[in-house]
Amino acid sequence: MTRKQKRFAIIIGLGAVVVSAVALILNALNDQIVFFYSPTELIERPSLANEPIRIGGLVEDGSWVVVGNTNVFAVTDGANRVEVTYKNLVPDLFREGQGVIVEGSLLADGSFLASNVLAKHDENFVPKEVEAAMKAQGLWQGEEESGSGSGYGGSNSGSAQPAQ
Amino acid sequence: MPIELGLFALILAGTVAIAQSAVGFFFWRVGGRITSYLRQGAVLQFLLTLAAFLALVQAFVFSDFSLELAFGYSNTLQPLLYKITSTWGNHEGSLLLWIVILTGFGAAIALYGKNLPSDLLALVLAVQGALGAAFIAFSLFTSNPFTRLFPIPAEGRDMNPVLQDIGMALHPPLLYLGYVGLSVCFSFAIGALISGRIDAAWARWVRPWALASWAFLTLGIAMGSYWAYYELGWGGWWFWDPVENASLMPWLAATALLHSAVVMEKRNALKVWTIFLAILAFSLSLLGMFLVRSGILTSVHSFASDPTRGMFILIMLTIVIGGAYGLFAWRARSLRSGGLFAPISREGALVVNNLFLVVAVAAVLIGTLYPLILQSVNGTLISVGAPFFDLTFGILMAPLLIIIPFGPFLAWKRGDLIAVTQRLLGAAAATVLITIVLVMVSGGQISLASLGLLLGIWVGIGAIAQMVDRIKLGRTSLSQSWTHLKGLPKNAWSTMLAHFGLGVVVLGIVSVSAWEVENVASISVGDSIEISGYKVTKLDVSQRLEDNFVAERIGFEVISPRGKTTITAAEKRVYTASRLPSTEAAILTYGFSQLYITLGDVNADGTRIVRVWYKPFITLIWFGALIMAGAGFLSLSDRRLRIGVPKSARATPEPAE
Repeated sequence: MTRKQKRFAIIIGLGAVVVSAVALILNALNDQIVFFYSPTELIERPSLANEPIRIGGLVEDGSWVVVGNTNVFAVTDGANRVEVTYKNLVPDLFREGQGVIVEGSLLADGSFLASNVLAKHDENFVPKEVEAAMKAQGLWQGEEESGSGSGYGGSNSGSAQPAQ
Repeated sequence: MPIELGLFALILAGTVAIAQSAVGFFFWRVGGRITSYLRQGAVLQFLLTLAAFLALVQAFVFSDFSLELAFGYSNTLQPLLYKITSTWGNHEGSLLLWIVILTGFGAAIALYGKNLPSDLLALVLAVQGALGAAFIAFSLFTSNPFTRLFPIPAEGRDMNPVLQDIGMALHPPLLYLGYVGLSVCFSFAIGALISGRIDAAWARWVRPWALASWAFLTLGIAMGSYWAYYELGWGGWWFWDPVENASLMPWLAATALLHSAVVMEKRNALKVWTIFLAILAFSLSLLGMFLVRSGILTSVHSFASDPTRGMFILIMLTIVIGGAYGLFAWRARSLRSGGLFAPISREGALVVNNLFLVVAVAAVLIGTLYPLILQSVNGTLISVGAPFFDLTFGILMAPLLIIIPFGPFLAWKRGDLIAVTQRLLGAAAATVLITIVLVMVSGGQISLASLGLLLGIWVGIGAIAQMVDRIKLGRTSLSQSWTHLKGLPKNAWSTMLAHFGLGVVVLGIVSVSAWEVENVASISVGDSIEISGYKVTKLDVSQRLEDNFVAERIGFEVISPRGKTTITAAEKRVYTASRLPSTEAAILTYGFSQLYITLGDVNADGTRIVRVWYKPFITLIWFGALIMAGAGFLSLSDRRLRIGVPKSARATPEPAE
């Protein structure tokens, strides 16, 4: 091969890899991302059923019931609530009245089946997404800056990944 | 008093850093005298920051709560080790540790770099000085660790219980050694761009630093992964969390840099690309720092943060990355390209390696930043989680794993793929055979996991085949092979070991992802959970009182399939000072596999939720990483690689002006 041909072969090869990688990444971004909704948004959009999504809010006071390995609780943004069923262990810092992020999907009956529950490793923390959702409902009473913290602790079912 | 001395030392270090960088940038051509001033400056800067750091450590050790930081993150009840580690268990303290390591690397260049050309050394120290000055300013103006508190509280608030662990003593320092070590490669790249000294010798000077940072980063990431695995109690070893990604990206870039620097050193090719990677690797370190410390992300591992810090880092990031790549764009054209090579050659294989690694960096980067971008563009909140990364990263790594065994067999300049394939036939046959046996043993199903196994074994066997080929085992007498073996340079060993370690990591990942078993049950004392042939029986419940926490301790008896009985215990702790709960999992190791027992809450009927995982061959992940890091250090101990080696392969390079 001449010098020119060599260079051409290399560039074509590298280009092909880069193009397919870009296609792969874009495709994955399209399919694999998970959207976040507040309970209010969820109720406004029943079309979301059976899609993997995340919801966030506070665990409603007095709503948490444990039967065997199944946890049932409600997530509220102050205006609306969604009932969540989670057939697994909740994290150490999961409490009523605390911020929580739940990953799973909405069922046809309007309840939410969780695959993953995330609670921040800090008592005074309200997740940023939850804070925004509550501000949207005009129900935010905390300070402007949400508390400091060291991170989300999940209780996973195979694919724990902490909140974005 | 020591606190104020510490602050004073840090300020002094900052002024030394500014002077060092200014003198370096203005007088780098002068040589001799100036360079020795700069070297003294670098050492002095290190000693001053070290003094500042020790002043901080002593406040934690002696529980001096007049120091706001000690009050916020430590407690008199902590054991001494955790008092010390609390020093960097927070943003301000860990930033100071980062600075100490940064200036430490500067001092190391000054001490070991005697044989470097004086203009390059001056520029490298100037860039290091500038980085030091920026970080010290960041510390002093936004995150001063030496703030006093009055009135003095009687007791401190304690560190987050999750962090009160031996992992805290090892993980951050190792990780920082890796992150910050890349600053040396960065400084060399800038020095090279300004002075025009970009040749094979440059690559030989940079490679030990890249190698050391890479090895430390490998250790730091592996250590962090194991720590999160046993401490967080979710049984996961990697979560594709933004902070984890922040450490993976520089690691991938550093891996690419190591390989391209080989090409530059041996063949004087890929010069521009190597410089690009050196800048990229450190830029990604800084980006990671921004993601972790600015508070724009919520993550398992992130620090407390405030927006002014985020702004400061963002400005620093823009100046460093923008400046470096601006300089790169301006000067890179004047570099002459080096040796030519055919697409099928050792160089070609290393280019492909670099291509896949850099594309993988891009995939991880996009996945990590996309939520931030989307949120700031139209307010949509999304998360990009494990499915995205598993898919893209997995697909990108597969071809890389396939070509790895070919690389070391190919000749420089022009390789013969057919001949190499013939030499690898034995390895390929062995790989297929072992995979078939393993797949049959594990249930006989052909799945994605079988492919994963195939790749892992291929990389491992390929590394061994490389060794067998090098010592001509079977092609000559045994005693001659032995002589060859003894005569092998450490470099050959480290290539082989690093690739072998990678194969081991892949095997661990595939095995635990595919064949992990989980079982959750509510049990009372005397009840058992059966999992993968192991029988886990709940024993008595006891209280454990320690200085800094109270624990409920639940004993378990585990009978392995071979009939071996082990007694172990898991705990639910509540830390006295912070009132925070924490779960300590019970982990038993059988060969390379582990049984992982963790506790849930007590049910109304008095039974307790217990969750047990069987994790087949999971420890291979960390052992493999250890082998890789070990290979890095082995290569570092090769005398021929020492930075001091003065001889340049080529004649004096012409300045690129």
